[in-house]
Amino acid sequence: MTSCAALLLAPTSTHKLVSLGSVDIAIIAVYFVMVLGIGLYLKRYTATGEDFFLAGREMTAWIAGLAFISANLGSIELLGWAGNAYQYGIMAAHWYWIGAIPAMVLLGLVMMPFYYISKTHSVPGYLQLRYGPEASGLSAITFAFMTILMSGVNMYAMAVVMKVVVGWDLNFSIWVSSLTVGVYVAAGGLFSAIFNEVLQFFLIWFGALLIPILGLVEAGGWSGMVARIHQNFPGQDFTHLWAPMRSAADNPMGITWLGIVFGLGAVQSMAYWTTDFLVVQRVLSAKDMRSAKMSPIIGSFFKMAVPLIVILPGLLGRAVLPTHLVPAAEAANQAGQYSYDSVLPLMLTRYCSPGLLGLGIIALIAGFMAGMAGNVSAFATVWTYDIYRPFIRKTAPDKHYVAMGRWCTLIGLIISIGTAYIVMQFASIMDYVQALFSMFVAPLFGTVLLGMLWKRVTRAAGFWGLLAGVLGSITVFLLMKFSPERWVPILALTPRASGLAQDMYQALWACVICVVVTVLVTFATRPNPNVNLAGLVYGETQIPSEAHLPLFQRPVFWGAVVIAVLVILNIIFW
Amino acid sequence: MHDDTPLIPVWFFVGVLLLCYGVLIFAASWYYAANPPAEPVVLADLHIGVWWGLLLVVVGGFYSWKFRPKRNL
Repeated sequence: MTSCAALLLAPTSTHKLVSLGSVDIAIIAVYFVMVLGIGLYLKRYTATGEDFFLAGREMTAWIAGLAFISANLGSIELLGWAGNAYQYGIMAAHWYWIGAIPAMVLLGLVMMPFYYISKTHSVPGYLQLRYGPEASGLSAITFAFMTILMSGVNMYAMAVVMKVVVGWDLNFSIWVSSLTVGVYVAAGGLFSAIFNEVLQFFLIWFGALLIPILGLVEAGGWSGMVARIHQNFPGQDFTHLWAPMRSAADNPMGITWLGIVFGLGAVQSMAYWTTDFLVVQRVLSAKDMRSAKMSPIIGSFFKMAVPLIVILPGLLGRAVLPTHLVPAAEAANQAGQYSYDSVLPLMLTRYCSPGLLGLGIIALIAGFMAGMAGNVSAFATVWTYDIYRPFIRKTAPDKHYVAMGRWCTLIGLIISIGTAYIVMQFASIMDYVQALFSMFVAPLFGTVLLGMLWKRVTRAAGFWGLLAGVLGSITVFLLMKFSPERWVPILALTPRASGLAQDMYQALWACVICVVVTVLVTFATRPNPNVNLAGLVYGETQIPSEAHLPLFQRPVFWGAVVIAVLVILNIIFW
Repeated sequence: MHDDTPLIPVWFFVGVLLLCYGVLIFAASWYYAANPPAEPVVLADLHIGVWWGLLLVVVGGFYSWKFRPKRNL
């Protein structure tokens, strides 16, 4: 959900940030051997389509929950958001709190029952059941295209990060990491992807947690850090979440609370966490309804803690680093200057001796590879079940589709590598790819949510609402991109809106257009009385009761707890 | 699943990896503490690598032992 575009400007620099010793290299090598070994081991357990594409639907709530959060917590996320925290302060935490937690709770408590009871294998699969092949086809094709494109972009971004941070050749990084991912995902399918995501979760925390711990020791705790920031950057507020958002002029993001609450919290985050198949697929692999509901809620507790290893290092960078970091364009043109996104690697080298350094670097590499695995496993599922089977070959034995899944994993990876090399030549593509991703996800949320909660929505309305939302989002993007002076003040409510703020308003407009068109077309068309909506929509679905369970075993209880903790955190850091 | 052999839980793999890393980091950090470079890292006197390596060994060892394959047969 964020870009590391700043680091992409850095390849012109020949100075690497980190020097790895032999023990660090050994740590990296052990990881590659481990993930390959796990993938080859799991191959024997992935004979059927359900095994390969949905890990047999046997994952416990904890495994599905950790994989759910890890699929999102890639290294571009870590580096980019630490950089955003350095640039914008603790306001960047909104993307981990109000911009994630309510959405994850909504997914678990409201939407997962319909995803799970319908026995769908994917989000486009749900649209097929609810609206028919038009909406499903549109969603599947756009998702497949965007996922492979994002995989290639992330692959290139990872290679650049490895070049900047440790001095590795771009081609080496691309080929070694992608071939490793290709082998273990083609062998073990979603099983492999999930197992390695759980590994990644532990590596991320053990690799990155030392930075905030040692940073706070050096700075003298939270109050010491705040005092140092004020001393280093007088007159600027980096340590309040909501106070600087009374008006757009009061904060460097150029956004008000309206954009954060409605643009980020109500639409952009909801759209991503509830309809992006890369993360939803992990929850669909849960072994039963209760596990499926609990998985995103378990993930939400860890998501809420991520600012500890992402946002806090960015803030600590302002307090303890001897030099001030600068925007990427400035860093690329001046020797000895580092960009905002370099804050995490700089903090790693500041505190980590040999061994610990390797652990930190492998956490970044694991993040990239888990993200790649997530992309290719999601692509394989959507291609095989939502494009190939319904439109190309409707009837074939299950093992045919499993073979298709394995082959398109490898083919998808090769296409991703090709995309990475194209992006290498045209780095500005990054700007458009990020925007394209948002264009398809935000309206999809409107379509899916309406479909789940309102049985009156017709098949035609589902398709036309989705299409209108996509076209509306594209239009908003183009207007703000190519005529910002005229359209940003109108569409983003202020001429000061940063790129992040514009993204949020773009998502908001996309969802609003989708919902309005869906409702209008619904009233203009008649529902098909022969369509069976059982298991797909509220009012037609028997959702199992949990009243017989003890309070501590009910997902709704833990959902309420995480929301309460969210509110408390927002008050503490107001 | 078509293989009847019980699946080794993911937690076992987590344990093995953390145990292996713990040993490597502990050993490397001990050596670093005994042979400090001319420009050590900030807060090097805390020897955090030694303690962190020990932590990984304990956590990894626990997971490896608790979820070892023969326990599940």
